[in-house]
Amino acid sequence: MNTLENIRSFWPRDQVFDFLIPDMPPDLDLTHGVILYLEGISVSFGGFKAVDDLNLYIQNGELRCIIGPNGAGKTTIMDIITGKTSPDTGSAWFGQRINLLKMNEPEIARSGIGRKFQKPTVFENHTVHDNLELAMVGNKQVWSTLTAKLNSVQQGNIEAVLETIGLKEKITARAGSLSHGQKQWLEIGMLLMQNPKLLLVDEPVAGMTQQETERTAELLTDLAGTRSVVVVEHDMEFVRSIAQEVTVLHQGRVLAEGRMDEVQNNQEVIEVYLGEENAPH
Amino acid sequence: MISYPKILQTDLGGSLLLGILMIAGLLVPLLNLTVNDTHLLHVSTYTMALLGKYLCYALLAIAVDLVWGYLGILSLGHGAFFTLGGYAMGMYLMRQIGTRGVYGHPLLPDFMVFLNWPELPWFWNGFNWFWFAMLMVIVVPGLLAYVFGWFAFRSRVTGVYLSIMTQALTYALMLAFFRNEMGFGGNNGLTDFKDILGFSLQSDETRAGLFVASVIALAGGYVSSRWVMNSRLGKLCTAIRDEEDRARFIGYRVEDAKLWVFTFSAVLAGIAGALYVPQVGIINPTEFAPLASIEIVIWVAVGGRATLYGAVIGAMIINYAKSYLTAALPDVWLFGLGALFILVTLFLPHGVAGLFRQGSFAFWWKKKETLTVVAERANL
Repeated sequence: MNTLENIRSFWPRDQVFDFLIPDMPPDLDLTHGVILYLEGISVSFGGFKAVDDLNLYIQNGELRCIIGPNGAGKTTIMDIITGKTSPDTGSAWFGQRINLLKMNEPEIARSGIGRKFQKPTVFENHTVHDNLELAMVGNKQVWSTLTAKLNSVQQGNIEAVLETIGLKEKITARAGSLSHGQKQWLEIGMLLMQNPKLLLVDEPVAGMTQQETERTAELLTDLAGTRSVVVVEHDMEFVRSIAQEVTVLHQGRVLAEGRMDEVQNNQEVIEVYLGEENAPH
Repeated sequence: MISYPKILQTDLGGSLLLGILMIAGLLVPLLNLTVNDTHLLHVSTYTMALLGKYLCYALLAIAVDLVWGYLGILSLGHGAFFTLGGYAMGMYLMRQIGTRGVYGHPLLPDFMVFLNWPELPWFWNGFNWFWFAMLMVIVVPGLLAYVFGWFAFRSRVTGVYLSIMTQALTYALMLAFFRNEMGFGGNNGLTDFKDILGFSLQSDETRAGLFVASVIALAGGYVSSRWVMNSRLGKLCTAIRDEEDRARFIGYRVEDAKLWVFTFSAVLAGIAGALYVPQVGIINPTEFAPLASIEIVIWVAVGGRATLYGAVIGAMIINYAKSYLTAALPDVWLFGLGALFILVTLFLPHGVAGLFRQGSFAFWWKKKETLTVVAERANL
C-alpha cells in the first residue's frame, strides 16, 4: 500500500507531467472585451530606455493608431507583442488567458497575432498565390508542411483574400515583380490568411502614392470590427482619415490617449509631436 | 499509357537528367560487359569506375544544393557527412576481408593487428552485417547533422558564422580520424577491400553493379529532393532563405524546417559516400579536409544553385575537368578551378543551368508549363 502511495505522489492521477501537456496556446478569451493588455512594460537597450513603464489596452474589434516621433518606442512595442524582444519588466496578455511573454514568435503568430513589417516583406521569389498559401492558417509543423495539399476550401480562402487586397489579377505574378504598394497589400493579405484576431501594422502607407494610401485606409477600416487592428504610422493625414482611437507615445511612455480631435488639442502632444508635424515643410 | 510523373512535368532539366541516367545506367555496364576489349565501343572498367565516382559526387552536390541553394545555409562541411557514410561502408568492407588480410587475423583488420590491439573496438561490432552497415550509413551522418543543427539553428546562428562552424566540424573530424587511437586506421584510412556481399570487388560484374547502384541512388536522390522542394515545405525553404523573419512571423518554426532539411541532406551525402568507397577502393581522413567541402560548393555554384540538376551538371563538369587536368597539366588545375569559379560568378550568376533556362529552346517548355498551370487551375 505504501509503495502505491509513493507512486501516486510521484505520478498523481489527476495530473500529467509538464512535457505531456500539448504545446498549444489556450483559447483566446475575450470575455472582458479587451484583446491586448500591456502593463508596466519597460525595456532598455544598453541604458537607453526604449519603453518605460508602458500601459496599453486594445479593445476587441478596435482600430487603434499609435503615433509618436522617432525613437518613441513604437516598433519596440510591436517587437514585444510578437515575441521578438522580451521586456525587462511588465506583463503582456493576449485576451485573458494567453501570456505572450512565455511564447516565441511562431507560437504567438499561430495564436492569432499577425504582424506587418515596416519595410514590405514578402517572399519575392514566390508567386502571389504561393505567398498566401504559405501564410495560410493550419498545422505548420515540418511533416504537415511537407505533405500539405491545397483543398478547394483553402483555395477559396486564398481567392477571397486576393479579392480583399485587390490583387486578383496578379495571382500568378512573382511577388518580386509587384509595385511597392502592392507588396504592402500582399503582406497584409498574408496576415489575413492566418485568420488573426489582432493585426499589428507598421507604417502601412510609407512610400505609397495618394491613391494607394486611400485604398489602404479603406482596407484597414474594413478589417477592423471583426478583428482588432493596431496601426503605427507617421503620416498624420492618413491617421486622421482612419483613426478612431489614437495613442501618442513619447520617449517610451504613453503621452496621451483618446479620440483624434481630443489628442490634437492636447497641449503636450502639440509640443512634442503635432507641432513639428504641422509645421510647413 | 503511364502518365508522366507530375513532379517532372515542369522540370525539363530533371527530365533530361533522369533520361540520361537511365540510358547511362543501361548502356555503360552493357558496353563494359558484353563488348570486346578491342572494340571501339568498349567502356573500360576504369572509365566505368570513374563515372561511378562522378555519380556519387553528383549526389553529394545535390545534398549541398538542398541546403545552400534552397535553404540558404552555406555548408562548408558537407564532406564530413559524405566521409562518415564512406567510413561506415569501409568498416563493412574491412570486416569482409576476414583471413585474407596480410596478417590473416580472422577478426581484426590489418591495421589493428599492426597496432597490437587485442580485440575489436566496440564500435566495430555489427559492421560484419551489410544491413547494419547500411543503417549506419544513414544514421551516423543523419544523427550528427541533427545534433549539430539542433544547437546551431536553435541559437539562430546564420550566415558566415554557420559556415565557419560547419568548416570547423569537418576539420575537427579530420584531426580525430587522423589519430590511430580512434580505431579507423589513422591516416591510411581503410583500404585493401576484397568483396562486397560476397562478390569480388575486382570483377567487372561487381563494378557494373556498383555503377548501376550509383545511378539508382542519384536518380532516387534527385526525385526525392525534387519532391521535397516541390512541396509546401520546399516553398517554405526558399521563403526562409529570402525572408527568414517573415516566415517566423507567419507561424513557422524556422529552426525545425532547417533542421530536417539539413538532416535529409546529410543522409543523402552519407549515401553518396557509401557508394563512393567501394568504387575508389579507399577511404581516408583527407576526405574530411575543409578544401574538399569547399570544392563541393564550387560544383554547385558552377552548375547553378537551387535547380538540383544544376548541381549534377556542375559536379560532372568540374570532376571531369579535374580528372583530365590533374593528369595532363597538374600545375594548372587549381588555378583553373579558381578562374572557373570567378568567371562563373561574374558571367553566369545562375551557373550552367542558368544558360539552360534562359536559352531559347526552353521556350516551348515554358509554353507547356503555362498550359499545365492553366489546366490545373481549370480543374479545381
